Parts: sequence; structure tokens; C-alpha cells
Amino acid sequence: MSRAGHWAAQPGASVVNVLMANPESKSSLIMPGEATSTCWSCGTMRAVHFCSACGKVQPPVPVNYFTFFALPRKLNLDTALLEREFYELSRKLHPDLYARADQQEQEWSMEQSSLLNDAYRTLKDPIKRTEYLLRLEGVELEEQSKTATEKARATGEVKKQVVPPDLLEEVFELNMQLEELRMQKKMGEDDPALIEELRKQKLKFEEKYEALFEELKGYWNQWDKLVDSGDEEARGKVRDQMLDLLNRRNYIRNLVRDVNEALEN
Amino acid sequence: MSSDRIVGIDLGTTNSLVAFMEGDTPVVIPGDDGLNLVPSVVALDERDQIIVGNSARKYLIETPERAVYSIKRLMGRGIEDIQDELKLFPFRLAEDMQAGEVLRIKLGDKTFTPPEISAFILRQLKRNAERFFNAPVTKAVITVPAYFNDAQRQATKDAGRIAGLEVLRLVNEPTAASLAYGLDKKQNGIVAVYDLGGGTFDISILKLHDGIFEVISTNGDTHLGGDDIDNLLIRIALDDIKGDMGLDVSRSGEAVATIRKAVIEAKIALSAQASAKLDIEVPGGKRYQREVTREQFEQLIQPIIDRTVGPCKQALKDAKLKPEQIDEAVLVGGSTRIPKVRALVEDMFQRKPHTDLNPDEVVALGAAVQANILSGGSEATENMLLLDVTPLSLGIEVAGGVTDKIILRNSTIPASATQYYTTQVDGQANVAIHVLQGERELAKDCRSLARFDLRGVPPMPAGMPRIEVKFLIDANGILHVSAREQRSGKEAEIEVQPSYGLTDEQVESMILDSFDYAEEDFRQRQVIEARNEAETIMAALDKGKKSPAWEQLTSDERKRIAKLQKALNQVKAEDEYQAIRKAIDALNQGTMRLAELMMDSAVATALKGKTIDQADLGEGPQSGHPVAKADFK
Repeated sequence: MSRAGHWAAQPGASVVNVLMANPESKSSLIMPGEATSTCWSCGTMRAVHFCSACGKVQPPVPVNYFTFFALPRKLNLDTALLEREFYELSRKLHPDLYARADQQEQEWSMEQSSLLNDAYRTLKDPIKRTEYLLRLEGVELEEQSKTATEKARATGEVKKQVVPPDLLEEVFELNMQLEELRMQKKMGEDDPALIEELRKQKLKFEEKYEALFEELKGYWNQWDKLVDSGDEEARGKVRDQMLDLLNRRNYIRNLVRDVNEALEN
Repeated sequence: MSSDRIVGIDLGTTNSLVAFMEGDTPVVIPGDDGLNLVPSVVALDERDQIIVGNSARKYLIETPERAVYSIKRLMGRGIEDIQDELKLFPFRLAEDMQAGEVLRIKLGDKTFTPPEISAFILRQLKRNAERFFNAPVTKAVITVPAYFNDAQRQATKDAGRIAGLEVLRLVNEPTAASLAYGLDKKQNGIVAVYDLGGGTFDISILKLHDGIFEVISTNGDTHLGGDDIDNLLIRIALDDIKGDMGLDVSRSGEAVATIRKAVIEAKIALSAQASAKLDIEVPGGKRYQREVTREQFEQLIQPIIDRTVGPCKQALKDAKLKPEQIDEAVLVGGSTRIPKVRALVEDMFQRKPHTDLNPDEVVALGAAVQANILSGGSEATENMLLLDVTPLSLGIEVAGGVTDKIILRNSTIPASATQYYTTQVDGQANVAIHVLQGERELAKDCRSLARFDLRGVPPMPAGMPRIEVKFLIDANGILHVSAREQRSGKEAEIEVQPSYGLTDEQVESMILDSFDYAEEDFRQRQVIEARNEAETIMAALDKGKKSPAWEQLTSDERKRIAKLQKALNQVKAEDEYQAIRKAIDALNQGTMRLAELMMDSAVATALKGKTIDQADLGEGPQSGHPVAKADFK
């Protein structure tokens, strides 16, 4: 598999888990709508993505997704407005509009429009938006993804995942039942009562999952009020609450997925 | 200018077409046989010349070992992917094929890769367009199944290059179809495009919004189509013949090709009639006769068309939509002529699907619309913009052979993701990355796209380097990778090893090879160039006739020029470039004194040494091909 001398057998073994939001995200606070320099083509002062005077695409500068859309770092967001903005910017930046331009402009348009698409995809989804903001704030979610689970299974590492304390009892019981179901399936037996019980449990967790989203919206409001306040301590508190909530939410999602898998198999 | 003319091409499994925008309407360009569809059949004749399209079809039956169809099924695939195809299709692989190598198909004694064979089809379409425009065509938009992966897209792009076409954009077939429909409908709403062609199935769900065609989700099966129905019917016929007559003709290429032709005709007939008759002559003089009712046919094909249901449901789920939220359903692809398929679509989306546009042509027409958009647009396409998605998730292999997805399916393209890598050993200079495409959790179940070696990482203690790798899927759905070591700022060198693709060198050498089979192309090109020159010289002559110099000629001279001009006009329409050139030379000679006089009277010194077409009002050379040089001393 590996042709590179002493490189380990697994090519991706040393992936550092970092996403788009990086150290530069904090330093790249180009303010919404602020002109950053002059247009390479016509010389007027320009905005971030394209020149407002001559319409030409501009070389990409590292900005975070909120800045890209000239939005404050708030969590309540008018998605209809975001969509309109997305369509407007697409009409300025998409590579189809630069098919006849020189190679440099084509490249800029490809990069700018991929940034636009990545930003839109992240911001329009309420959970992805919250996760992204938390990462901008320097906190990282627990590895709840299925990949992380599989990876932990394959390497024998302990997955960074903690059972939320308030769920401990229910989760313990559910896991026992799941184990029982798997055993029964292995033996070729069928226990309708157990299956019915698991379905019920699953429903309960699904309701919890939905309720958490409503709870999250409450934190959004708190966060948005604090954005301009400069109260670092209060902000930090809301941030941690959101982080905790998302971790719990992911945990439940995985749990429901496991139950579904066990029921289907 | 004509050199900027971009055509739209539907490179299909069964048929291929080329189209362009004539004013506000996309139109298909017919071949020299007058037909719009060019069958995607390639044959090598007795003189080792390549034959494409309708004239190649007879070779499928007469010399099946020198002909190939449905080559699209093999694009971007490796030998281990096509075991099923090999059982069902008469593809003849080169004997010395190795695993992991790009496929090579035998035609007679020669071997060609699937992109080369596709390039022969593209070249035929290019030639048809050049004949139509009477000008060279070098730029194209080519359509691909939405569910094509990176390797299949790359192979299609390579085919374009080998055929001498700059592929400005690969457009997904169902999306192209929606452009053709959207052109005259101009309305907002959610549209489902169901595209069942000869070899591929796609479903795409789009949101139309004031000219923006935003694909929300797409799904499909790149090995599902009319071919599968044909193969099923062939197998039944072969079994019947074996059972009834005790004859096993499955090894006879000619017999199978004859059966194939008959069952396809029956299949087509059954879309309009309640029953169809099969009447096939079997080797040994006997006849195989059987009547198939539509009911029987529908029962037989049910399992095949049912395979389209899963992808449709998944596409709806990914779009977070219920069937009743679909405003319009559109049918694309020849196989959607089957009434049972139409019923299935109607049932699925709870509305009668649109069939106003010819399902064989709509994709090519849409490609022409996209070509028009890329060339700057026109009134008809003003405000139209296509936002397509990547059909499959992009991932990288991480510890334990697991796929870590970094760009999810149905992400709007261009899309990008950045990953950071470091080293595990002090001074390690290389880092290997395995890129995958697919939805499965384990790397071995996904499609391997490429292995990258990051080279030249500056020597540092283990874990210190921070290598930023950027993955970008462009508007064609093709992956680009760039890397940079952040601490040193050094660009890391990337060595790409495409898993099933051609290297740049291979494509270059194939471009050269293709000229061996391109005599006809070369000849056509000569004819077009000669005609252009003829036009130029005659336009100059017409202007000359209005100048005072014309009056200075004797009436004999004027008569002679008129005769030469008439001769050139006549020969211009023919396909013989030598004859056109000869007539041009004659007219050039005959008008030499006129050119001299024009020059003397006007800007004599400045224009000395020019021929008539250049002497014209001092505008300088108008054609890229200077006419025969006359020396005025």
C-alpha cells in the first residue's frame, strides 16, 4: 500500500483532525462589506469577492464563512435571505461566467465559488452552523462520527466519547436490550416483546433528540445578545452549554442509529 | 467568431448527438446521412480504417470481432469492475491485460482504450459539426451521467482531448435535460428528471429559481439501462433455441448479434403495440419464431426497471422532499418510451411526466444551451445558471481502512475541503494519501480515485510538519489536489497515480496515434480551409469590382475574371480541396493586374507585395491562411 519508505502502513494514520476553521480564522477579521484593496482589473476599491465597480472576480483572501456573507457571528439567521445572497453571489462568481476569461481569473472564480458553496452549505444548516461557530470560538466537538467509531474499533483506541451523565441509566438499559437482541438474532430466535420495547425506547430518544434542538435555539438567542457585549465570561458559558448540548445530541443520534441497525439486521 | 463556436455533445451509450444554439433555439446537427442520431458503434474496416455510426452497424453482424458498441460502460473502469459486463457484452479485451491497467479493447488485431474508442465517436460528431458550419470546431460541452465518478468523468474528458476537442465543461445529463426544458418554460419550482438511457440511469432533483437551476440531489446507477433489457431478452432467446432445437449458438458472435438486433426491434415495437413477433434465422437454416405480448414483456423487465426505485427514493430523501412536493417530472433517455417505465415514474412522483421533448435529443439540446451560456450567453439564456452537485462523497483513507468523508455527496460544486497531515517519523520526507469516492464506510468498498505521494516535506521531528492538503472538486465534478507545508510555506510536490485513468503522456501519445485513423478528418479540414479562402478572395474581388481600378481593365480581362470566378464558385461546393485550391490559384493569377491597379491607385507603397484579398482597402490579412503568394516586382 505504501510506497514511501518508512511511512506507516496506513496512509491516513496521522491525519490531524482540523477543519476549515483554523488559527487564521481569528486573525482574518475583514469586516463585512469592507474594501480590502483595489481591484486588480479596474483599480477601484473593492469588496471581498468581486469588484463592485467592474464586476470582476477577485483573488480569494482567507475569510471565515460569516465574513464571506458579510454576516455578524450570530446564530439566528434568515435562511431565505441567505439563499438569495447565495444566488446573487453565484451569478457573480460561478466558473461558467469565466469560461472565456484567462486562466488566472478562471482559477480565482473556481476558488471563490467553492468557498461560496462551502460557506452556504455550512451556514444554511442550523447544526452545522452552530458547530462551525463553536470551532471558530476554538472548541472542538467530541468525535461522535461513525468514522471515529469505526476507527476506534479498528485500532482498539478508546473513542473520545463520554455518556452524558443524565442519560447514563437509560443508555445502560438500552445497551443491555440491544445486546440481548443481537444474541437472539445470532441464535435465530425472535422476541417480539423485546423488539417492541426497543422501538419504544428508540421513540423516546428520538423525542429527546428533537427537544434538544429547541433547547439549542434558546442558547442561540442568548449567544446573539452577547455577541456585541464584550462579556467574555457570559459568552464562554453559553458556548460551553452549546457544546455540551451538541455532544449529547450526537450521542443520542448514534444511539438511535445503533438501534435502527440492530432492528434491521 | 466561428473559432469560438462551442457545440454541445451527448456522448451516449447507444447513440451520440451534437447540437448548437441557432439564435434562441438549440438544434441537433445531422450527420451526412441526414440523421440526427449517430449510433455509438465503432468498427475497423478491411483496410484498418475506423468507421463510426450507422455505417459501422453492419460490422456488428458481419464481422463482430471488428466492431464494438456500448463502450461507455467501460469508461474509467478497471478489469475487476467489469466482470459482469464481460459475461453479457461481446467486449474483446487484449490478451495481455494486467489488473490495474487501463482497459484495452480489440478491434481486429488492433487494441484501443475506451477513451480512444469514444474519441472516434466524438471525432465523427466534430466532423458533422464542421461540415455543417463549414468551419473548424474545437470546443465542446460534453454530457456525462450524473452518477459518473471521477474516473469516468476524467476518461470522458480524455476522450475529448484525443478527438481534438477542448472540453469546456462536463455537464450532467439530467441537468442538461432540465436546461432544455427550462428554456421555454421559465418557471420556478421543484423538478425531478428521470433519465433511463441505453446503459445508465440517473435521477436528479432540481430547484428552479429565476433562471438558476440548482440541483438539490442526484442518484443513479451507471450500469442500468436499455442494454440490460436487451441482454435479458437475448438470454431468453438463446435458452429457447437451445431447449427447442438443441442448438447452442451463444458462442457465435454473428448469431448473437442477429438475435440482439431482432430483440431490440421487438422491444421498440412493444412500446406501441400489444405484441411483437421474433423471427430469427438460426445457423443451420432453421428459424426461431416466437410471439411476445406486452404483458409478458412487462413482467420480464419488471425487476430491471424496479432497480430505478431505490435511487429515486434516496434522491428524495437526500433532498428532504416528499413525492407530492415535486412540481414537475421530466423523462429523458430512449428507455423512457417504454409505457411501463412511464407508469412507474407517474406512480413514484404522483404526476404525469413531461415528454414534450424527444427523449433521445433533449440531453444534446441542453448541452447546446450550456455551451451558449459558456460562450457568453444570448437573450434566450440570459440569467440562466446551472449549480450542479457532486453525486458521490469524497473521502480519504484513515487508520483501520476506514473512509473519512471530507466532501459529502450532493454538495454544490465547486466544493472544497482542507485536511492537515503530519509525519510519524523524524525527518520523514513523504506522506502518502489515498483518495476515495463512494458512500461506504470502509475504504475497500469505495472507489479508489488516486494515491498521492506528498514529496519533499522539509526534514523536521515527527509530528512537527503541518501539511495542508486542499481537495477541490471543480464544476466538472473532477478532483484537484494541492498541498503546502505550513511551517516552511513550501509547496509539497504531489505525485498522482490515477487508479484507472490515463496519464498525460498516454493521452498525448493517443492524440498522435489517432491521426493514423484520421485521414478523413484531415481531408475535411483541408476542404473547409480551402472554402474559407475561396470566400475571402471572392469577397475581396467583389469589392475590387466597385473600385476605379476595375474600370481600367480591358473587357477581355474582365470577362476572363468573371469566368474564373464562376469556375471557383462551382468547384467550391464540392468536397475536393485540390480542385478548390487550383481554382483559387487561377483566380489569384487572373486578378493580379487588378490588384496591382488597386494598389497603384490607393496606397501603393504600403501595400506592395499583397494579393487581391489583402489589397482590399488596406485592412490587412483577413484570413488566417494566406493565399498563394504573388510577387509584384
